[in-house]
Amino acid sequence: MRNNSGGVIQRADIGQLLSVLTEKGYITIGPTLRDNTIVYDEIESVQDLPIGWTDIQAPGSYRLIKRDDEALFAYNTAPQSWKRYLNPPRIRLWKAQRTEGGGFTVDPEDYAPSKYAFIGVRACELKAILIQDKVFLGGYKDPCYQSRREGAFIVAVNCTQANETCFCASMNSGPKAESDYDLALTEIIDEQRHEFVVECGSERGEEILKELQHRPVEAEDSQRVDERIQETISQMGRSMDTHRLQSLLASQPNHPRWEEVAERCLSCANCTMACPTCFCSTVEDVTDLTGDHAERWRQWDSCFTMDFTYISGGHVRSSVMSRYRQWMTHKLSTWHDQFGVSGCVGCGRCITWCPVGIDITEEVAAFQNSHSQKTTNSVEK
Amino acid sequence: MKARRKPKLAVWKFASCDGCQLTLLDCEDELLAVADVVEIANFPEASREVARGPYDLSLVEGSITTPHDAERIRTIRKQSKFLVSIGACATAGGIQALRNFRNVREFLSIVYARPDYIDTLPHSTPIADHVFVDFELRGCPISKVQLVELISAFLGNRKPNISSHSVCVECKLRGNTCVMIANKVPCLGPVTHAGCDALCPSYNRGCFGCFGPKETPNTSSLSHQWSNGLSASDRDIVHAYRTFNAYAEAFKKEATTHEP
Ligand code: SF4
Ligand code: SF4
Ligand code: SF4
Repeated sequence: MRNNSGGVIQRADIGQLLSVLTEKGYITIGPTLRDNTIVYDEIESVQDLPIGWTDIQAPGSYRLIKRDDEALFAYNTAPQSWKRYLNPPRIRLWKAQRTEGGGFTVDPEDYAPSKYAFIGVRACELKAILIQDKVFLGGYKDPCYQSRREGAFIVAVNCTQANETCFCASMNSGPKAESDYDLALTEIIDEQRHEFVVECGSERGEEILKELQHRPVEAEDSQRVDERIQETISQMGRSMDTHRLQSLLASQPNHPRWEEVAERCLSCANCTMACPTCFCSTVEDVTDLTGDHAERWRQWDSCFTMDFTYISGGHVRSSVMSRYRQWMTHKLSTWHDQFGVSGCVGCGRCITWCPVGIDITEEVAAFQNSHSQKTTNSVEK
Repeated sequence: MKARRKPKLAVWKFASCDGCQLTLLDCEDELLAVADVVEIANFPEASREVARGPYDLSLVEGSITTPHDAERIRTIRKQSKFLVSIGACATAGGIQALRNFRNVREFLSIVYARPDYIDTLPHSTPIADHVFVDFELRGCPISKVQLVELISAFLGNRKPNISSHSVCVECKLRGNTCVMIANKVPCLGPVTHAGCDALCPSYNRGCFGCFGPKETPNTSSLSHQWSNGLSASDRDIVHAYRTFNAYAEAFKKEATTHEP
């Protein structure tokens, strides 16, 4: 759905967005420079944004360089996604205390609603949040996720450049945010102007825009946005052919390619931790030295770890081959059965942040190719 | 409720630097609580008093390097219900296992005025090479948090929550940026057992592998990346694996492959 309401905000006035959100009680989280990367963290003003910086991402490689302009959002995805804020890496689920006389009490955790404003959510990331909504709010409603998600104000940013690792266009999840945001910005920067074309996606968004200095959107503004988006699409370094992929992967558990990738894979789990849709966790019970106090904690886990599939009698997926196969077939095949969508939004994080640069699009291409070869061969015969 | 007999805890030392034992003394906040729930029956670093065995829980630090120690660990095993080896020396032979790659006789003749006085084994070996070990706590030194968790789990009759996955998992949980990818710093995190809470990467350094190999460590793939992506030499690779856990199987093998 396209929203008609919107406006154009000048660079000089964009700081108001952060101050208005802060006034309304939001904790503003957005891109900022840290450890030679652009990460998502708490920001207070526009000065905290990575002004004039951009990222160069490649398989197993990330580099920051200075741009020759002062753009605020001209880079792509951060090392970790917004899931850190919606589904934190480690949370307590409850605590219990022994009482006099041998009984005990259990105190469930009280997840006070948080009010986050996410500044700079990319289209692929927005799609990933919608996927995690299915996981955490689809049937059973996870109280921690719910308390964080329902209050969140989303300022999407449409990508005006793409990296070598990006392939959202082929996954139908970007580079332009189409819905489910409160405000969406497109940064327009050239010799004549530095401004932000804003689209409102919710009433909350409209309310906020009213408080910001802006002018109406003209036809040329929308045209500029479209041009930038087209340019971004043409810059996408990668693509994934999803045609019949779901059944193709499901039918290939013994394909030799799995062993080949397992030779390179470190089973380090970086890909799953960085992926904005991966949601697996483990639950641990702890007791203290006295034994009078116990707690249950939930922590991110990964299908790449051995412990993840430990059941009485041993590990279900002890080989790295079976772990990589599980990950990729879940993402691209069984995810459809489970949630009705693909588990991959094409953000490229698993490619950039894999220490050995394993590339999910290359793996898919290998399956697609060997399949099409087989089909051609059988036709020839 | 019937007052339970306090379990007896003993700490034993073999070839080591005492750092792991000191971790127990370092548990300042928890130490009184520990003393409250266990009888510290033998802990030379803390007290000279020694209570006789048997012991409910023995924590063993250090590696086996002499015939005498090889005998002593058997006696300790016989007296201990649970035996946990702690630290890189006890679980992998320690830094002193570097001698395993050379002829120990040669070292003796260089270091000691009277080498004939020295009674030593040719190899420094982990405790598990000599007796059955119920659990291994990794690290050089071990982590305080894991030690308290181990004792709590022992007292609660449950499995300790100690993961054998990579340091990378801890690194990502902490929200670190990967130093190998963003800074091109060689890091052993992807093949190293978690437990330090990704200490070195949190300070922008590569992991040194203090906790030894993780489950299913793919050292050859990591070395390939180090040499091709980070221009590490074979020498760098050998040095990286030949430290505190040099004699741990996966690290030993990887270093040997890259030896000139
Ligand atoms: S699988 Fe990779 S590219 Fe796809 S959403 Fe996850 S991290 Fe992004
Ligand atoms: S695919 Fe890459 S990031 Fe994922 S577990 Fe394997 S080596 Fe680690
Ligand atoms: S810095 Fe090291 S431990 Fe952390 S993710 Fe990178 S490779 Fe793994």
